[in-house]
Amino acid sequence: MTSPTTIPIHLTINGHDHSLEVEPRVTLLDALRDRLDLTGTKKGCDQGQCGACTVHVDGERVLACLTLAAQVEGRSITTIEGLAEADGTLHAVQAAFLEQDAFQCGYCTPGQIMSAVACIREGHAGSDDEIREYMAGNLCRCGAYPHIVAAVRQAALEVQS
Amino acid sequence: MRDFSYLRATSPAAAREAAALPGAMLLAGGTTLVDLAKCGVAEPATLVDISHLKGLDTIEVGEQGARLGALAKMSQVAGHEGIKSRFPAVSEALWQAASAQIRNMASIGGNLMQRTRCPYFRDPANFPACNKREPGSGCSAIGGVTRGHAVLGTSEACIAMYPGDLAVALVAFDATVHLGERQLSVDDFFLLPGSTPDKEHAIKPGEMITQISIPASAAARRSTYLKVRDRQSYEFAAASAAVGIELEADGRTIRDLRVALGGVATKPWRARAVEEALKGKVLEEDAVRHASLLAVEGAVDHGANHYKIELAPRVVARAILKTGAMA
Repeated sequence: MTSPTTIPIHLTINGHDHSLEVEPRVTLLDALRDRLDLTGTKKGCDQGQCGACTVHVDGERVLACLTLAAQVEGRSITTIEGLAEADGTLHAVQAAFLEQDAFQCGYCTPGQIMSAVACIREGHAGSDDEIREYMAGNLCRCGAYPHIVAAVRQAALEVQS
Repeated sequence: MRDFSYLRATSPAAAREAAALPGAMLLAGGTTLVDLAKCGVAEPATLVDISHLKGLDTIEVGEQGARLGALAKMSQVAGHEGIKSRFPAVSEALWQAASAQIRNMASIGGNLMQRTRCPYFRDPANFPACNKREPGSGCSAIGGVTRGHAVLGTSEACIAMYPGDLAVALVAFDATVHLGERQLSVDDFFLLPGSTPDKEHAIKPGEMITQISIPASAAARRSTYLKVRDRQSYEFAAASAAVGIELEADGRTIRDLRVALGGVATKPWRARAVEEALKGKVLEEDAVRHASLLAVEGAVDHGANHYKIELAPRVVARAILKTGAMA
């Protein structure tokens, strides 16, 4: 199974099956953006320090920049493009980010939203302090943090009710 | 990032065999290895992916202690009810480390293989001299910006800090690393830099971490991990302490005490002098503050990291007093 050039991988992304050939060094982030034109997932630091590339693998939030595409063979990936319903109805977290004005430039927002969806699902959105701790892996250069915390708090209440 | 070949291991034995070949490295969560490959620090010829192997991710906690499979994720161990109740310092060290995303990726075995965050080590293009990367090339940190460098366990060849949290709790509670047939204490698994800072772990080619075990103890059950840092979360320790206490039946005399330090040393640092000074004594603040100064015996600073020598004993004292006050 060793390959010096490219290897075939099969991924389910936002419910759709994809087959592609990648070099072993290609990250999931680059595969999504450059090969599949799913550019909603952002490349911030590309070093695992900012969280802009957060996606879900089998329902858990991870960093796409430190995940090799080859490693997630056969896994189910969800990106920001796969969050809304087919008819365009926004996910509760997306709606809450709009309502709370939880962004300025918006570059970190897809990662913030993917992280927040998982944070609520994990049960780590019980208080503002807990939201701050469990959203700490997503940096916002604009400093929209108070509104991000408000949006996560609002969405958590809606999802749980 | 240089390209490499990729091999998905089908069994632990196949993984060990493949990883023994020149230029091969094991890949689990990838949070350290992929990062270092991007920095140009790690240049593997082959990555042997063990993340799909079955049966290496179990977490068992019982009367004898805990057994953590090498592929268990940091987040799974941090949130495990048995770990939270019997080894709270281990859970706290884990959830205060990295970010939620990284904890979902990083494995327990890989956590022990985490490399230093020394900025000179991580930047070969700008700092060719690094004894940890290139033995004999020199140390760019000595005489450089040292705010995040170690004050304990350093050598003339290297002052790079050990950045992890989990292993600090593990050395406090006498945990063991299982390398297939061979076993080592976590304390012995991590090596002092000495004249060979390129060798950080006592692991040999062809060996693989399969499990970490932690013996049960009263001190582990009454334990905490206190981490002080420049920002409140998602940051490495400026200084940290794992502390566990067992009191006598009188509720005030210290029968057993465990103290280990993070963020200040070249490896997870057990502070046995502090433990010995307080065992058999009544737990009270003056004695604790006095004994905690022993945590930095022999410390050597390099200018900007001097604050760690002041900070570490205060963190130790606060952690002991906090743990002593626990029900």
